[in-house]
Amino acid sequence: MTALQVEVWRGAAEGRLQRYEVPRYPSQTVLDVVTHIQRKLDPTLAYRYACRVGMCGSCAMTVNGAPRWTCRTHVDKVARHGRLELRPLRNLPVIRDLVTDMRSFFDKWERAGGRFEGASTKSDDFARVRPDSAARQAADAGIECIGCGVCYAACDVVNWNRDYLGPAALNRAWTLVNDPRDTARVARLRAIAGDAGCHACHTHMSCTERCPTHISPTASIAGLKRAVAKAALEGKL
Amino acid sequence: MSTRSDTALWIAQRASAAVLALCVTVHLVTIIYAVRGGLTAAEIFSRTRGNVGWLAFYAVFALAVAVHAPIGLRPVLTEWLGWRGRSRDWAALAFGIVLAGMGLRAISVLFA
Repeated sequence: MTALQVEVWRGAAEGRLQRYEVPRYPSQTVLDVVTHIQRKLDPTLAYRYACRVGMCGSCAMTVNGAPRWTCRTHVDKVARHGRLELRPLRNLPVIRDLVTDMRSFFDKWERAGGRFEGASTKSDDFARVRPDSAARQAADAGIECIGCGVCYAACDVVNWNRDYLGPAALNRAWTLVNDPRDTARVARLRAIAGDAGCHACHTHMSCTERCPTHISPTASIAGLKRAVAKAALEGKL
Repeated sequence: MSTRSDTALWIAQRASAAVLALCVTVHLVTIIYAVRGGLTAAEIFSRTRGNVGWLAFYAVFALAVAVHAPIGLRPVLTEWLGWRGRSRDWAALAFGIVLAGMGLRAISVLFA
């Protein structure tokens, strides 16, 4: 059994990389590696996870320079010459070690109008939404986001412009813009337009490249740009 | 800047990009055509002097640049230098006026 050389970020904004030697196993995930370090080598290591199967989105970290779900990333796929470098997600304040403070990430969902606003009550009949309608298909393309923050960490514009809402919040807004039951369309378009919103996206596509659920926030943001332009030209913005 | 004005700038930049796509294509094709067998200043002047068509074409070209470039400069100033707010927008506007002035001055020399 060979050993894996793992360097792990220790500290908060200021800190250093600490080296650990972790035994290799078949089908070992990066989360297995972090868990081994915390349980066998250094119980003071702080990290975050919950489901271990790619459903909760809480275990994302920077693995050899790229943001990933550690639970769904096999060591074989990312280790270079038997080495791993693990850091917290980029673009978020570090609480300690591999744990980030995700409040700014989720606050931006709120700012982007990420909350569904409906008009019907429980006494109303179900809304009829055709699954093959263009709007529903556009919403479906982005609906599986679990809010892991990988796209947000991958985005250079978030890094350069602290006010930018980011790919996940804008993708969420796009799914609601395409929901015919939603009643806050114009208010949401106002919330996501502008230099801190969809117009800041440079279409680098890092979010699309890194999204573990294969959503394309870039396409969603492009859709928002079109919807905002249309609303503006119609005088509704 | 407000949501509405940010959106208006974005639309202006996209519209000017569409104009520039056409202008750059015509400009490049003209260059390739014009330099066959060498090119002299006299030859260029003989084509442009008093020609209202070229005057209008290059005036549109220069103004499209003057609209397009400053709008793109705003995020560059913010993302690279951290420059935000009204002063950044005035700086971008001044850059656009300089571009328009230099472009139209060059065209006026070619036409007159």
